[in-house]
Amino acid sequence: MAMTLHVDIVSAEKQIFSGTAEMVSATGELGELGILPRHSQMLTRLRPGQVRVKLLHGEEQVFYVSGGLLEVQPHVVTVLADTAERAADLDEAAALEAKRRAEDTMRNKVDEISYARAQAELVEAMAQLQAIEKLRRMRR
Amino acid sequence: MAGAKEIRTKIKSIKSTQKITRAMQMVAASKMRKAQDRMLAARPYAEKIRTVISHLAHAYTEYRPPALSDRPVTKRVGYIVISTDRGLCGGLNTNMFKATVQSMREWQAQGVESVMCTVGGKASVFFRRLGIKILAQTTHLGDAPHFEDLVGSVKVMFDQFAAGEIDRIYLVHNVFVNTMTQKPSVEVLLPITARVEKVDAPHRWDYLYEPDATVLLDTLLIRYVESLVYQGLVENVACEMASRMIAMKSATDNAGTIISELQLVYNKARQAAITQELSEIVAGAAAV
Repeated sequence: MAMTLHVDIVSAEKQIFSGTAEMVSATGELGELGILPRHSQMLTRLRPGQVRVKLLHGEEQVFYVSGGLLEVQPHVVTVLADTAERAADLDEAAALEAKRRAEDTMRNKVDEISYARAQAELVEAMAQLQAIEKLRRMRR
Repeated sequence: MAGAKEIRTKIKSIKSTQKITRAMQMVAASKMRKAQDRMLAARPYAEKIRTVISHLAHAYTEYRPPALSDRPVTKRVGYIVISTDRGLCGGLNTNMFKATVQSMREWQAQGVESVMCTVGGKASVFFRRLGIKILAQTTHLGDAPHFEDLVGSVKVMFDQFAAGEIDRIYLVHNVFVNTMTQKPSVEVLLPITARVEKVDAPHRWDYLYEPDATVLLDTLLIRYVESLVYQGLVENVACEMASRMIAMKSATDNAGTIISELQLVYNKARQAAITQELSEIVAGAAAV
């Protein structure tokens, strides 16, 4: 087998990406992961953030996931995303709005539960914004 | 002409009923197409997660989640029943409830209690009337259900299973065979062993886990269960629309038959009235 990975990114409601790649990087729960072919079997949870897929001819595709699971087999990478969308499709205004809302809630600091939820939302919104920014730079 | 007038009103009312059923038929047809698309879109996730689970079944894992091991059914079985929220869809729900009740009877004969989680309004109404213990329910999911809507109910059942309160969980929903045929299906959801096909592993291996096997495997399995339930739900929506389309089509056809029969009766009544009037005039003229 050639030194490539088969990558599948799926969310419960649709298939997002399926194809061959050279490398996949994602944000795992314990830190940034770079997966090359012949990686040993691994299972990890993903944090809200980007999944970057480096295609065969050097092109890179960026996806945004808001959590999920990542399974690695030596030549297959499967991302089971909770919700995943093309980063280009992300609505920046919605992300900003979510961030603002989350920050508002944090400032007014209510009970612990909504504080935790707000923090999670904030992390998610920031990850979305990052993905958008990156995409912009790539276009330029 | 009293008889004729009554018939005319009746025809008019049946015509307006027919208009409604025809509209419902067309709406159901277009919604069915969308529901089928959604059904297809949900498939890759289910396939992928099934692949991961079957890898997992072959791996020599350090932690064996309870969901992966079969155990004897002694106390209780659970059912996750997916029904529609609205009626007017033929015998869809009734057939499914019948299949469920039959399966519950079989367990009851062995002294095993049944508990339930219902998705969709019809199921919760039906099983509450039967006096079955309902642990969780979700209603008003609409035509485009979201994955997140199910998370709560599924978790309730999954936790009960993990805690050993329930020994087996069934998923009950309708299977979309084609537009004309929908079949109720009662299948084992948990434990998972029944669903994973065995392939002989060449050597023993295990995953690297980040952070920790227990948490990860539990997350993975609950995602798997959720995805199966979600798929069942999406398929059930497609069934609902197909079944409603067929039911409304036959209602429209029946209305048409009744209208043409009534039209005949009406024509006869009208003709009789005219004939009577004529003979009265003729008789009157003859008397003069």
